[in-house]
Amino acid sequence: MKDKIEISDHNSLFKSEPYIKQREGKKAFEAPCSEQETMEALAYSKSSEYKDKNFARQSLVVNPHKACQPLGALMAALGFEKTLPFIHGSQGCTAYFRSHLSRHFKEPAPAVSSSMTEDGAVFGGMSNLIDGLENSVALYKPEMVAVSTTCMAEVIGDDLQAFISNARQKGAISEDLPVPYANTPSFSGSHITGYDSMLKSIISTLYNRSGIQAVPGSGETTGEKLNLILGFEPYTGNFAEVRKILAAFDTKYTFLGDHSGNFDSPATGEYSYYYGGTKLTDVPKAANALGTLSLQKYSVKKTMDYIKGTWKQQTLSMSTPIGITATDRLIEAISELTGLPIPDELVDERGRVVDALTDSHPYLHGKRVALVGDPDLLIGLIQFCLETGMEPVHIVCSNGDNGFKEEAEALLAASPYGAEATVYIGNDLWHMRSLLIDNPVDLAVGSSHLKYAAKDAGVPLIRVGFPVFDRHHLHRYPIIGYQGALNLLTTIVNTILQNLDEDSSGFNHDLVR
Amino acid sequence: MGLDIEANKKIIEEMLEAYPDKARKDREKHFEINNEELINCGKCSIKSNMKSRPGVMTQRGCAYAGSKGVVWGPIKDMVHISHGPVGCGQYSWGTRRNYANGTLGIDNFTAMQVTSDFQETDIVFGGDKKLEVICREIKEMFPLAKGISIQSECPVGLIGDDIEAVSKKMSAELGIPIIPVRCEGFRGVSQSLGHHIANDAIRDFLMGKRELAECGPYDINIIGDYNIGGDAWASRILLEEMGLRVIAQWSGDGTINELAIAHKAKLNLIHCHRSMNYMVTTMEREYGIPWMEYNFFGPTKTAESLRAIAALFDEHIQENCENVIAKYTPQMDAIISKFKPRLEGKKVMLLVGGLRARHTLGAYEDLGMEVVATGYEFAHKDDYEKTFPELPEGTIIYDDPTAYELEELAQKLDIDLMGSGVKEKYVYHKMGIPFRQMHSWDYSGPYHGYDGFKIFAKDMDMTINSPVWNLIKPSKTELLHKEEAGV
Repeated sequence: MKDKIEISDHNSLFKSEPYIKQREGKKAFEAPCSEQETMEALAYSKSSEYKDKNFARQSLVVNPHKACQPLGALMAALGFEKTLPFIHGSQGCTAYFRSHLSRHFKEPAPAVSSSMTEDGAVFGGMSNLIDGLENSVALYKPEMVAVSTTCMAEVIGDDLQAFISNARQKGAISEDLPVPYANTPSFSGSHITGYDSMLKSIISTLYNRSGIQAVPGSGETTGEKLNLILGFEPYTGNFAEVRKILAAFDTKYTFLGDHSGNFDSPATGEYSYYYGGTKLTDVPKAANALGTLSLQKYSVKKTMDYIKGTWKQQTLSMSTPIGITATDRLIEAISELTGLPIPDELVDERGRVVDALTDSHPYLHGKRVALVGDPDLLIGLIQFCLETGMEPVHIVCSNGDNGFKEEAEALLAASPYGAEATVYIGNDLWHMRSLLIDNPVDLAVGSSHLKYAAKDAGVPLIRVGFPVFDRHHLHRYPIIGYQGALNLLTTIVNTILQNLDEDSSGFNHDLVR
Repeated sequence: MGLDIEANKKIIEEMLEAYPDKARKDREKHFEINNEELINCGKCSIKSNMKSRPGVMTQRGCAYAGSKGVVWGPIKDMVHISHGPVGCGQYSWGTRRNYANGTLGIDNFTAMQVTSDFQETDIVFGGDKKLEVICREIKEMFPLAKGISIQSECPVGLIGDDIEAVSKKMSAELGIPIIPVRCEGFRGVSQSLGHHIANDAIRDFLMGKRELAECGPYDINIIGDYNIGGDAWASRILLEEMGLRVIAQWSGDGTINELAIAHKAKLNLIHCHRSMNYMVTTMEREYGIPWMEYNFFGPTKTAESLRAIAALFDEHIQENCENVIAKYTPQMDAIISKFKPRLEGKKVMLLVGGLRARHTLGAYEDLGMEVVATGYEFAHKDDYEKTFPELPEGTIIYDDPTAYELEELAQKLDIDLMGSGVKEKYVYHKMGIPFRQMHSWDYSGPYHGYDGFKIFAKDMDMTINSPVWNLIKPSKTELLHKEEAGV
């Protein structure tokens, strides 16, 4: 037998005796709180008095569940063929957006910055933008550059329209290159607002440049039948699921914004900056489609208003279609907008997933659930909970507006399973911590950021939404459509069963569940 | 071939042709190929600490990232406010893996995102009033917090808020140190200025403010270790085994008290020279504390450093030092004999921060690996001067390279391993080039000290020799393109 070499990493190393001793010894210099003080403060932080104070906070924000606008703009830009996201302002932001998206998707997130510094703050960022456009086009050979702003450019009031047209005049970029831009200040809205602004800008820019006059339903080929928008979509698998559904209908369609290629590209030994995305020439043609269906509502408001107002098409928006009922609505909407019948294979698929739900319902029924996420995701999750007999209790939406709150509350009020629920908008995950401790639930559903509050409250966390940093590949599995309902069901029921096994006393360590 | 001077020159020249003139002329100044002259005199022939070109996909971050993300964030018993809009705090939340003992949200606030979440009204009317309320609310929500730091984001500096006045007022009202840090992201050319600004704030508000009850002859500080994956702990254990007494850790797992008593040490040991050299030179000037740079990456450098440290103390420490080295040497030999045969001759390319690109060399060399190209995101002249003599002739050295340059070089040099950050990681996975994140140790670690080297060696082997790389095949489309191009 070979000699085994002990290699312990941080998971076990620091539990060893020398390190425990070190930790104790270090306290002599830390001026730490006494153990009693810490215990008391911990107990206090779990009291209802603390909860009340927590909810009385006016200005302090702790662990919010939202990112800022340009991150969403970057995602929107990567939904289009050969498009380089260009973020105008100081460069650190771009590094952060790229890292954040890479940590979620485990994929590259290409984007450039105009790298403005102090002199930009004084003199404005025009020369940075012009030089930046010239450099980025030379290096990364994009067919479109999508410009969004950081706080810095917004506060000093840089005029993007003027700067971009100056860049053209100076010959830094050609007239042929579309350069849509969006103002995306981080001090209003969130990542979903930025997504919306950039998507609208890209669509309107490409449409305006094309000279096409929209005539709804006039598409000469079937390719112009139906447009789909998935919005700020953290699941590449959801794109695949929608494609599968549309293939069953045998209809042609255009995705307006499809970042699934860029965030799920193959390892082939070569790297390209651009994978997939909506073809730029397909965007103006989409103006002639019968209608546009959006699978998110709150993240594409301005875009849908634009399509409705300018292209005069039928438009239909729904929140992330999670669960059977919401998927039914998605399928019906496709049928309505295209005039095509609902395919049998989808009806069969529905039946199989419903069968799975009936098999698992005893473990789900009455389970009290806490939910955190973006507005559209939450509407979907609430619907799913209500139709499976799970009971949403705490719903925290850091970036939800009153419209979202009303919609969520109406949804909850329509079901006996929603009777205990409270919807919190503008609140953060430190509020959620108090809620979870004060009024315990069986399960928490949300992003990786919820893991701290879930741990403090001793609640298992089902990772859904954005960002999911600490689990692999979940974004490849759809959560929408019938398949998505099955995926969510499988994750949830098996988490519950896993916990049952862990908690079982010897006698009920059951073989069959 | 990785180390042919003329061939490498040609690679760089050809690569830079892709740039427009102005950018090419600038980028040329940021490359050098190591030669005899540079090795001997270490003269700095490379441009550094200059603005990045706009539009080029630099790997750099900003001053806020340097201050909050690196220096202040790991100080565990303080609440660090990301003052401004929500994004900066959100993106830097828990991503650097600065380990700290304590109860999160009670007496440890490291893995938290505390922000003033600026809205449009704050931009219009200023955020000072809001900041006062936030300080009071922090005191109420986190009663055991020993202090607060205010990390300014871009808008705060642009709209002219007086965070210094608010800090002074609220510090008096709440009875804890409240420290304004002017680390707006647009300041300077990279995160490096943020380190400097953060250091200045420590100097002005905390340095020398408290006394150490009992001073001893062996009191030292660990400076510039951020405890990524527990690095500082794996370092501290060796120093303590040697008989030294570590009175402060800056700033990984650090506390406000450690910052305030550090001036009582007899010696400052600095690991990340780039981010905290300002502190050791200040303490030397103000308190006459000598300092030395040490390197705990790989057993060779670790032993060298331990001996150099011991040489500054008495025979008792020197004897202990030899005992420590002797104790770990068999373990290190076992690791090297296991992993070196698997890694010998493998070609490595690095781009990390302002220090590690040079600091980790020894660890790679201990495993028989060859660094063929290396450089920094945000190093200064002195870092490069120390780099040239460490490397053989022909090594390519770059400053603030762009994504495009790194990708070109990685392919042309036919490297076996790339070490950089998360933004780069998945690019190299597509290219079929083994990659380790050398900012966060790729969620592993620690890498410092003897315990850390074991993990380092295991990780490098796991990365380079994974069978998954053999599964990568070109796609049909790529093959078709190649056929068309006659490749």
